[in-house]
Amino acid sequence: MSETSVPGAVLSVQDLCVEFPTGDGVLRAVDGVSFDLAGGGALGIVGESGSGKSTTALALLGLHRGSSARVSGGVRLGEDDVNALDDESVRRLRGRRIAMIFQDPLSALDPYFRIGDQIAEVYRTHTGAGRRQAWARAVEVLDRVGIPDAARRARSRPHEFSGGMRQRALIAMALACEPEILVADEPTSALDVTVQAQILDLLDELRADTGMALLLVTHDLGVVSRSVDRVLVMQNGRAVEEGPVSEVLTSPAAPYTRALLEAVPRLDAPRPERPAHHNAGKPLLVVSGLSREFRRPGGGLRRDVLRAVDDVSLEILGGETLGVVGESGSGKTTLARMIVRLLEPTSGAITFGGRDITRLPERALRPVRRDLQMVFQDPVSSLNPRRTVGDSIADPLRVQGTGGREALRTAKELMERVGLDPSRHDRYPHEFSGGQRQRMGIARALSLRPKLLVCDEPVSALDVSTQAQILDLLRDLQEEYELTIVFVSHDLAVVRQVSDRVAVMRNGALVELADAEELYTSPRHEYTRTLLAAVPVLA
Amino acid sequence: MTAELVTEVGAAPEAPTRGRQVRRRLFADRMAMTGLVVAVVMIVAAITAPLLIHLEGQDATTYHPELLNSARGGVPRGAFGGASGAHWLGVEPTTGRDLFARALGGAQISFVVAIGTLVVQLLLGVGIGLAAGLGGKIADSFLGRLIDLSISFPQLIFAIALLAIVPGDFPRPLLLMMVIGLFGWGGTARLVRGQVLSLRTRDYVAAARLSGAGRARIALREILPGVSAPVLTYAALLLPSNMISEAGLSFLGVGVRPPASSWGQMLSTATTWFQADPTYVLVPGLLLLVNVLAFTLLADGLRTALDPRAGLRAGRR
Amino acid sequence: MTRYLLRRFVSTVVLLLVMVAFVYVIFYALPSDPAVLVCGKGCGGGQLAAIDHKLGLDQPEYVQFWHFLEGIFVGRDYSSGPDVSHCAAPCLGFSFQNDQPVLSLIGQRLPVSLSLTAGAAVLWLLIGVGAGVLSALRVGRFTDRAVTAASILAFGAPIFVSGMLLLILFCGVLHWTNFPVYVPLSDDPAAWAKNLLLPWFTLAIAQAAIYARLTRTGMLETLSEDHIRTFRAYGLRERRIVGRHAIRGALTPVITMSAHDFGYVLVGAMLTETLFGLPGLGQLIVQSSNNVDLPVVAGLTLVAGAAIVVANTVADLLYAVVDRRVVLS
Repeated sequence: MSETSVPGAVLSVQDLCVEFPTGDGVLRAVDGVSFDLAGGGALGIVGESGSGKSTTALALLGLHRGSSARVSGGVRLGEDDVNALDDESVRRLRGRRIAMIFQDPLSALDPYFRIGDQIAEVYRTHTGAGRRQAWARAVEVLDRVGIPDAARRARSRPHEFSGGMRQRALIAMALACEPEILVADEPTSALDVTVQAQILDLLDELRADTGMALLLVTHDLGVVSRSVDRVLVMQNGRAVEEGPVSEVLTSPAAPYTRALLEAVPRLDAPRPERPAHHNAGKPLLVVSGLSREFRRPGGGLRRDVLRAVDDVSLEILGGETLGVVGESGSGKTTLARMIVRLLEPTSGAITFGGRDITRLPERALRPVRRDLQMVFQDPVSSLNPRRTVGDSIADPLRVQGTGGREALRTAKELMERVGLDPSRHDRYPHEFSGGQRQRMGIARALSLRPKLLVCDEPVSALDVSTQAQILDLLRDLQEEYELTIVFVSHDLAVVRQVSDRVAVMRNGALVELADAEELYTSPRHEYTRTLLAAVPVLA
Repeated sequence: MTAELVTEVGAAPEAPTRGRQVRRRLFADRMAMTGLVVAVVMIVAAITAPLLIHLEGQDATTYHPELLNSARGGVPRGAFGGASGAHWLGVEPTTGRDLFARALGGAQISFVVAIGTLVVQLLLGVGIGLAAGLGGKIADSFLGRLIDLSISFPQLIFAIALLAIVPGDFPRPLLLMMVIGLFGWGGTARLVRGQVLSLRTRDYVAAARLSGAGRARIALREILPGVSAPVLTYAALLLPSNMISEAGLSFLGVGVRPPASSWGQMLSTATTWFQADPTYVLVPGLLLLVNVLAFTLLADGLRTALDPRAGLRAGRR
Repeated sequence: MTRYLLRRFVSTVVLLLVMVAFVYVIFYALPSDPAVLVCGKGCGGGQLAAIDHKLGLDQPEYVQFWHFLEGIFVGRDYSSGPDVSHCAAPCLGFSFQNDQPVLSLIGQRLPVSLSLTAGAAVLWLLIGVGAGVLSALRVGRFTDRAVTAASILAFGAPIFVSGMLLLILFCGVLHWTNFPVYVPLSDDPAAWAKNLLLPWFTLAIAQAAIYARLTRTGMLETLSEDHIRTFRAYGLRERRIVGRHAIRGALTPVITMSAHDFGYVLVGAMLTETLFGLPGLGQLIVQSSNNVDLPVVAGLTLVAGAAIVVANTVADLLYAVVDRRVVLS
């Protein structure tokens, strides 16, 4: 891996290592990575969390300077080696020749200053332009990235922009000095899928127009397949494979890449076989005309309410998996929480097993609770950090009257069943990984042998390979425990893989509900079509 | 499986800070340990005060006019406020009472009032904070206001007014505990309420509700354990602050009354002697300062040990 | 905005009424007879009754409270034998001790408290913010540790201890100043400042410790935020990042807290005023409380409450101005 820089490369990285000293030894986050980025080209770096992809991106701009990190190897930007230059020279490179955009566009901009001023400040730093000229440039680039009425919106502060607009503003800042290279670190991971598509389109367009090279760091193979021509796959700080994107994604050489590709749920692959329902056809839970309103903060005397869920009616059939998809703010989580009676509906009714449970008081609800359980998104906040894993799993049993020892025995059995070592029952959640904690959450939800399991984004916080394992586990458990599952997610591909029927939500309303096969092959509603079209497809 | 291993290394979730780990960090903190040693010495001295005074062979109330220089307005004879083998820290100007005995008496008052006040503050603060955080919307909006009110209140004015008019025969240390406690629970209550409200939204509380657990069980098992650590560290900081409050009120003449002694009261009489007899100022002044500092360092060490990012000295390495 | 101010005003009035009622309850719930205090030990029953009548103490408590409120809004008449004196609104009544109108007592002392607070506030902001910024920029190094140690020391030292130590040092040992005596600013500005120097520093030291911590924490927090990384990634000079962006984020809590503290210290600097014998509001509170001088204490409570509430409102408004994301409600 010691080839010298390819002619025509604007960026050439050789044998890059980044090490962080930690309490027990040195953590090598990036371990001998080399690659070239051709002028006007686009290179993707993909990997799961902890693969060192973001650390690599930061090293390209010398952003590890001033931290405890030790960086070695070469980062050649034309004639300059970023690692060899003094601080002042590196500072002059940043933003002018190589610019960077980040994952969270809200926190990436200063909340106290106008967006135009922030861009103008960058422009003036590198060009020495006057105030007025810099402002004009800021408006120009904001206009270029598709901010409507840029002259006026340049006066806004970041919180007045939506997520997608903020990312556009950050891209505008990157454009201000016409750099040769744009490093984009997970630029769309915090955005909804339709907004993601717009931002990726914009990046394509800018690359074609300006000849700027793009280095795109992401965990999402779909994004890579759509937006770059070469890809570098990283694992544990090492580059495991590099090549043209079409080759790597269709005929991967490295086993890790193959495993990764297999784990990714895709919209174009044949849908996995779904097991037959146990008591098919009979509705287990019926939701009719369900609405939930929240008061908007700062509304004052006027009743300014937000209808998070707006008149939703649907049936959940025994033994099926009903997928619920929607973008942020669609009301899918609110709906899920109402179904298990964690949130009180404003109006409407929930009937479970033929019994109206909408207004059942907590005491009368207790026996019903056994049948309605939930798996949460965030594996950190869903387990009490101060209770042992065994206790957390056994608790529901104890609440429902099982003796302490008996409950713990069942808890250990469940741990075994979900793939955890039962001898670790007396440990605390922080000693486990995210995937393991999600297994605990599932074990706890199953401890009462519920009929209905509502899973709210159960795999969104996990890496793809872990995600695939959890999805497999859920499928096996559904069969074994004869579960009916409501699977809430923003990820259309995941929902397609696990669901029998799928409900699409938007702005609190149910837009479309159909058999999974039908919905994905011939969507009836316009919005469903838009959503499906926005999902980046592999290869 | 590699991904799972990686997350295990990379993730830094809110770890429960457990006894052994906290103790290890605390014992490794030199400043906190200095504070602990000084605090322990002070407390032992206060507890064994009668014994120590007996050892010195003096008491806190006997006048010693023979040790004073009446020509200079009653300043103690000899250097350093008349310190000698018989009177280890010298004697008071004007009266000639033994300063060592009076200072130890002041230490007793300081600890008794600070600890008693802390009990009142914690009872009120934790009680009201929990009631606000756990007791539904109406209780919270009422108690929340009450907490805000108690924090933005000119408490000192009321404390002074209250202390000034309570008849002299009411036991002063007890009164001080009640008054400082009554006006000083707001911070604790706000902390507890905020913590409860934040813990209530955690998914594990939702999970407990889903299992059918009642309010009492959720409060006891899921929420209270998460409240105790921040309250503990806050309480540790309240202790030195209570010492200052007691000394301040006694300094203003509404706290501990003669013949009982208090550092604040000694300092108040010392104001007029700071030029003629600086020892008289320095004894109670430094005792108070050292004591407060020791407890502050200890409290900060405790906070740093429980939450390494939160301490006053956080960020130093 | 208007609605915010209106609501704030209404709640302020309610709050102040509650506080004054509280003072009345405290004074009447406890067995303590102002007439005895006014007259001294030797007075007989007849004299006491006459004084009670003159002070209005023979009326039921709620009537007295009502008269007090009446005095504030429309003024009231006082009769002492044949003489009737009118006290125009806003009337806070007369001191039991020396028959002076409470309002003028407060008016006499306000300049002293203002002088003390304003000077100290300038000092504590300069010292506190300066030390905090310095400490944050040199985090972990000697400067930072020195500032931190100093602020723990200053924070732990009660005002009357640090003040006394300053007195011993500058007045007793070095003889740089005399024991402070208050000289009005209008009489002799130089003497005013010279005499207030020690009280200013005494008050400022304790406050500066808090502001240094606040600034340091705020700076470190802002410096660790993502947008600072953005500016570094775009090649802005470090001096500019710190001077323009980091300080901006750190100063928000400092600005609102100083407004809050100003109100509090204005009426609550009892320890400093008592130590240095400055005739300010704090000292008046202590004296009148000790004398069970109900009208003065009630009036001071009102003024103190108003000062604090006004300061808090200003703090809120400043916060909304400084941080545009905040919506007042």
